[in-house]
Amino acid sequence: MSTLSQNINSDVHEEHEHHEENWVTKYLFTTDHKMIGKQFLITGLVWALIGGALSLIFRLQLGFPDMNLDWLRPILGEWITDSGKIDPNFYLALVTMHGTIMVFFVLTAGLSGTFSNFLIPLQIGARDMASGFMNALSYWLFFISSVIMLSSLFIETGPAAGGWVVYPPLSALPQAVPGSQLGMTLWLIAMVFFIASTLIGGINYIATIINMRTKGLSFNKLPLTIWAFFLTAIIGLLSFPVLFAAALLLVFDRSFGTSFYLSEIYIGGEALPNVGGSAVLYQHLFWFLGHPEVYIVLLPALGITSEIIATNARKPIFGYKAMIGSMLGITVLSFVVWAHHMFVSGMNPFLGSIFMFLTLIIAVPSAIKVFNYLTTLWKGNLQFTTAMLFSIGLVSFFISGGLTGIFLGNAALDIQLHDTYFVVAHFHLVMGSASFFGMMAGIYHWFPKMYGRMMDEKLGYLHFWLTFVGVYLVFFPMHYIGIAGFPRRYYSFTNFDAFSSFTDLNTFISIAAILTMSAQFIFVFNFFYSMYRGRKAPLNPWKSTTLEWTTPRVPGHGNWPGKVPVVYRWPYDYSKPGAEDDFIPQTVPYSETKSSNLPHENELIELEEEINREDEKVTEPQN
Amino acid sequence: MSTHLSYVKIIDPNKEPDAPLSMHPQKFALWLFIVSVVMIFAALTSAYIVRQAEGDWLVFNMPSIFWFNTLVVALSSVSMHFAYIYAKKDNQNKLKFATAITAVLGFAFIYGQVKGWGDLVDQGVYFVGNPAGSFMYVLTGLHLVHLLSGIIFVIVLLAFVFYNKVNSNKMLNMEMCSTYWHFLSGLWIYLFLFLLLNN
Ligand code: HEM
Ligand SMILES: [Cu+2]
Repeated sequence: MSTLSQNINSDVHEEHEHHEENWVTKYLFTTDHKMIGKQFLITGLVWALIGGALSLIFRLQLGFPDMNLDWLRPILGEWITDSGKIDPNFYLALVTMHGTIMVFFVLTAGLSGTFSNFLIPLQIGARDMASGFMNALSYWLFFISSVIMLSSLFIETGPAAGGWVVYPPLSALPQAVPGSQLGMTLWLIAMVFFIASTLIGGINYIATIINMRTKGLSFNKLPLTIWAFFLTAIIGLLSFPVLFAAALLLVFDRSFGTSFYLSEIYIGGEALPNVGGSAVLYQHLFWFLGHPEVYIVLLPALGITSEIIATNARKPIFGYKAMIGSMLGITVLSFVVWAHHMFVSGMNPFLGSIFMFLTLIIAVPSAIKVFNYLTTLWKGNLQFTTAMLFSIGLVSFFISGGLTGIFLGNAALDIQLHDTYFVVAHFHLVMGSASFFGMMAGIYHWFPKMYGRMMDEKLGYLHFWLTFVGVYLVFFPMHYIGIAGFPRRYYSFTNFDAFSSFTDLNTFISIAAILTMSAQFIFVFNFFYSMYRGRKAPLNPWKSTTLEWTTPRVPGHGNWPGKVPVVYRWPYDYSKPGAEDDFIPQTVPYSETKSSNLPHENELIELEEEINREDEKVTEPQN
Repeated sequence: MSTHLSYVKIIDPNKEPDAPLSMHPQKFALWLFIVSVVMIFAALTSAYIVRQAEGDWLVFNMPSIFWFNTLVVALSSVSMHFAYIYAKKDNQNKLKFATAITAVLGFAFIYGQVKGWGDLVDQGVYFVGNPAGSFMYVLTGLHLVHLLSGIIFVIVLLAFVFYNKVNSNKMLNMEMCSTYWHFLSGLWIYLFLFLLLNN
């Protein structure tokens, strides 16, 4: 026992020992990456419920245009008109806030923030992030941003209402709609805090992954989760500053009277003084972030899925190098396709065809990833855990939503489809649902490591099937509605005869949406119930190979009570022929697995001894 | 720090054991921060070019004091570099002097930039008006904001220097401050040439 505690002292970073924690430093102003990850998770889940609730309100309007919504008055107050309808301005605000919340607060901060923070140190064998202070700062900036954004829901003129892309001139002119007044200002302020939070977080993730991997963990032995978080952080580092630049110029236009985006505009018959601005300029700047942003949302989910599918198929991931290569490809290409969102903006058509070409190329790495998921599943010894089901669900959405992307990527087809429900269907499947499923898969898979307890599998299955079926019921019909020409963000379609034959379909979607949202409370219950009452988790519940499963059931500050483990092999040695078990953790040296080694792996044994010698030089040997 | 660095040691059994990546995390983070600042200015200068190509662009003379300011900021980089060398050589007196000179030149630059804005106003180029002018103010202004943060860093460094906390064994603050400062003067030179060539 005494040798063990000696080891702890010699190894654990000084600040980690004799660390009396009180409630404030443990749960609130903590610098422990695991707690910060959980802070992001809980905040993200709260936002998900708010964002979901907003969508139900506007689905009520779309599905039941004649319904009397007086019963919502206690919550929405004046936003329900005297005739029991949603105020059209508030409808726009709802759509805008739903998009903003889901894209940025849930699927960026809630997903990347949670899993990058929680998993990076655990999976690379580090005691904590490169800078615990910056990490905490990143969360608290996100929190401030959240508070500001939330408060904008309660002000008299309502929150921002120009869509989550906040295109000027609409967003630049307070006199245009109520949603461009104080709400828009708060939106911009909140986003500045959000950008700062994302950048600080991302800088930390990159610095940690590059500088703090444990011995033996070279880049070609990294779990795909870490690769995904790494590339996500790089995309964020390069694209969020551009959003900052775009927002800055918008602030000047709104509040100081400059004309970066404004030109020759008449409001109420009167000409504004602004001349010489260009609204398309904003679109370029915005989508230079906007398109990479969709991959910021998706890549972590793809990384999480790779890990879960390999573990639960009990097979090495198919094409590990190809997976990394396609993620690198996506990272690079995501910066050169932005103008496919602007085919009908009046942009030069020649430029359009270049962007069309580049856009269709990005389908290639995406397809490689899908292919590799399917081949990993193929003939696997599939373990249908809840996390596995959600991962397979992600693959399904990625395929069905990715296909429509290829339609939209054709500039000629996009003339018809742009700004219709077809686009809504596309991105809700490929981005919204796929990433949401990745997030859920991650929660079900790593819950045992986060809280030391298991979530209930039966409730998990129920949650999965209801959500999976529900998502298709909600978004599949939107393709038809979109092809029929329904524009997105319209308050009401009852005035158009052409659309009356689709009223039933819209009602159907709304009912499906309500049911799907209700099913999420099964998850909420399961999550909080299991946190306190769940079955105690075994150390390695999924028989996984990665480092986080070598920590104690509930790891403390510093993650490993003894030495940090050393890594000898890649993370996907599942069902290796000749091996005793159907998985070999990354910490098992080749010298101990002679029966399953491949010829070139036997040659590595010598080098392992070198690693061990290095190891002994650095810290005292363990017993 | 020494135990910390040992975790950083990376060995790739496929090849020779790699040399440890010895970049200090804070220095590394500073570089990443610089990358994000570069992206902001890349975005704004691209926006400038895109907007200029659309025509209706006010042409005016760049304030001639900007030439002078460019010289000042370049000199401040030189004095910063001297400070760095003196710190390495543990020449405390000259270190103090060179760091102080850097701060003074920094303030001179700020003064010159503000004066440049005055010249613009005298020419009738305002922040509000044709985007050509607005861009001029935004680019120079945003650079000045970053330069202010740099000056604060230099002053903090100066305090460290006067408390004898910078020497050949304690170079971290010196290295980070000089990296940032050189970046800021390089950024100005880029902006200056950019504005000169794309008037
Ligand atoms: C197969 C590859 C893909 C192609 C070719 C593609 C193409 C497109 C195109 C051309 C549009 C613009 C449609 C329009 O507004 O008229 C679009 C919209 C969108 N795509 Fe994709 N996409 C692909 C994959 C993805 C992925 C993987 C994601 C997210 C993870 C994504 C998220 C989005 C979003 C969020 C929008 C709509 C943004 C908005 O207007 O609000 N797409 N896509
Ligand atoms: Cu896109």
